Amino acid sequence: MTIETTPKQSWWNRIAHPGQFVAWTKPLLWPLTILTALLFVLGLWFALFNSPEDYQMGDTVRIMYVHVPSAWLSQFVYAVMAVSALGTLVWRHPMADVSMKAAAPLGATFTALALFTGSLWGRPTWGTFWEWDGRMTSTLVLLFIYLGIIALWRAFDDQLRAARVIAVFTLVGAVNIPIIKFSVDWWSTLHQPASVFRADGPRMPGSILTPLFVMFFAFTFLFLVLHLKAMHTEVSRRRVMALERQAAQGAKS
Amino acid sequence: MIDLGPHAVFIIAAYAGVTLAVAALVFWTRFDAGRVAKKLADLEARGIRRRSAGPAA
Repeated sequence: MTIETTPKQSWWNRIAHPGQFVAWTKPLLWPLTILTALLFVLGLWFALFNSPEDYQMGDTVRIMYVHVPSAWLSQFVYAVMAVSALGTLVWRHPMADVSMKAAAPLGATFTALALFTGSLWGRPTWGTFWEWDGRMTSTLVLLFIYLGIIALWRAFDDQLRAARVIAVFTLVGAVNIPIIKFSVDWWSTLHQPASVFRADGPRMPGSILTPLFVMFFAFTFLFLVLHLKAMHTEVSRRRVMALERQAAQGAKS
Repeated sequence: MIDLGPHAVFIIAAYAGVTLAVAALVFWTRFDAGRVAKKLADLEARGIRRRSAGPAA
């Protein structure tokens, strides 16, 4: 088959080639890093210097600007992993495995941050650092799921086999995401119900929504940058493992 | 610095914790990338290359 008669591959197939994926996404890293840094500078300026205190919670409302984006990412990162798990099981897409593995430590960190900042916000507003209510308990379960997934990745030498097992585990664990989301509606919880993404619009004034949205985008872009970089590293790590196997086979023969 | 009121310690602890965790994530991501890149460079310097890449120069 000559070059002229070779059928053209779709972008989906071309991006399945790890080297191609790295070549396409590497130029995005610096622009995304600069955008993330600018968003953080703007978001922190709004959050700490240019937003009012809440009429009930006072200045502790400023904890919301780091708590809500962390909590959002704890669930968004898991959704990225669940979609990647489908990519692994249904399409056997090599970059789906890489995406799943690279996202897990990031998701675990943002979940731990959501719990940490939430407990620091809870003490002055509710009078307690922790309560075994639906939202907090299901978020703690999410942290344990992330830690289990990270442990599973480390337990397997064969990363292709690991990806299949972990993809199934990730999809089973995804049932926890709607439980977290609707826990405040299903059960009587200490945690407040949704106040931003509601059918009847946000229940906050613009002066509080602005810093919240800027920080929300800052955290989301931070995840995108770190995820991309960690995926590039994972591609290189697999190349190292393949070369080491090749060297070991060469030494034997 | 703005006056953070009577609960300043909780606000400062929250922002300090997030800053430390994000700094640690960024450091670890860069450190891991550097470590793996060095390993790959070492292997390639020893003449070990993917078969599809052809023999080492």
